[in-house]
Amino acid sequence: MRNLVVFLVRHYLFLLFILLEGLSCWLLVRNNFFHRAGAVNTANQVVGSMLETRNEMTAYLDLKDQNKMLMEELARLRSMQKSSFAPYSSNTFSIRDTVFRQQYEYIAGQVVDNTVNRRNNFVTINRGRAQGIRPDMGVLTTNGVVGLVLNVSDNFCTVMSLLHKDVKVSARLKKDGTFGQLIWAGTDYRTAELIDLPTHAKLVKGDTLITSGLGEAFPAGVPVGTVVSWEKKAGDKTYTVQVQLTTDFRKLEHVMIVRNLFRDELQQLKDSSGVNNAE
Amino acid sequence: MLNEIIRNGLRFFLLILVQGLILKNVEPGPYINPFLYLLFLLLLPFDLPAWLGMLLAMITGLCIDWFYNTLGMHMAVCTFIGWIRPAVLRLIAPRDGYENSKQPTIQDMGFAWFITYAALLVVMHHLLLFYLEMFSFREFFHTLFRVLCSSLATLLLLVVTQFLFNRQRENA
Repeated sequence: MRNLVVFLVRHYLFLLFILLEGLSCWLLVRNNFFHRAGAVNTANQVVGSMLETRNEMTAYLDLKDQNKMLMEELARLRSMQKSSFAPYSSNTFSIRDTVFRQQYEYIAGQVVDNTVNRRNNFVTINRGRAQGIRPDMGVLTTNGVVGLVLNVSDNFCTVMSLLHKDVKVSARLKKDGTFGQLIWAGTDYRTAELIDLPTHAKLVKGDTLITSGLGEAFPAGVPVGTVVSWEKKAGDKTYTVQVQLTTDFRKLEHVMIVRNLFRDELQQLKDSSGVNNAE
Repeated sequence: MLNEIIRNGLRFFLLILVQGLILKNVEPGPYINPFLYLLFLLLLPFDLPAWLGMLLAMITGLCIDWFYNTLGMHMAVCTFIGWIRPAVLRLIAPRDGYENSKQPTIQDMGFAWFITYAALLVVMHHLLLFYLEMFSFREFFHTLFRVLCSSLATLLLLVVTQFLFNRQRENA
């Protein structure tokens, strides 16, 4: 017993080190491999509001670009409005629509923090639990994919950006529907890689890629990027395609969070049939 | 003594805010992520008890993680730095040891000493941090390149900050 006390006293520094290091690693692993909503991240109220204040100051810098983008989107939407269409027939009739049911809802939000230069990048958005955000929802801009919601607090959420090693988005070629997984190679925020694309796909430079709608986060048909180049590595049966992303991660400001209204139903079905979807 | 606590406390808050609100979003390229907040750990007094240094390092890491969404990562790396710092100090000690009136700054200890001291700790910090961030050796050389570039950037910032903010003492 005395020896134990002597040992503890002599090596207390090393033991303290092991204790603290163990605590850190436990947090790291827990946070990395299980998406649990913790309090220590930028979705936290304190840091979140600090970032929001900073953002209110810096947002003026590219107001012009942002306004232009919003105006373009507005114009596009207005052109789809009923008032933009001339009546084609004078007969009026009403339809009780039972064929279509809304599956996706969009919640607009503003980016308060974002990085592109790290291996694993995160986006913080000023929408949270109070606005109906839940973990694993998809996030879009007007012209592309942003990422997946990770942590949610009352009024903020953090998003694993597409520029993160754990984010994979299922994407397909618009023209023939062959699909693969979109991942980020970790260097350039403008390009990503599409892996596992079967070699029977006939690729042309400039081909458009859209989301496939597999997985619950994103609706099908959202633009993702365009094909730049492709190669078949020795021994592989599939193409690895370099993709130019449509989302400009450096100018991220206004985003939409996707709520899939069928999500619970899908999840229940998958749980009961034992399908484990990792996305 | 009290003076020292206030000075270090101010430095702590200032550096964490600068790191979390400004440097995090300065993006000169995919390989350069400077971590100026290490200056707080580097400039802790020579005679600080080792356990306190380690604890302070862990808290620093935790605060940085808060801003970076990487709970545990900076904490683990900083705890290691806090633990290894006394050993590094012993390793590069001048022949007659450290005087307690002095601080581990360029002004007090000279440029060569400070660069050795800072480079050792910065490279260790970045090595651990970037491989922990990747959590595999899959992109080994990419990550190594990132460590090198970021270490140089951090060192440059450390030296520049020292020259900018410690100048007053020479005049006084």
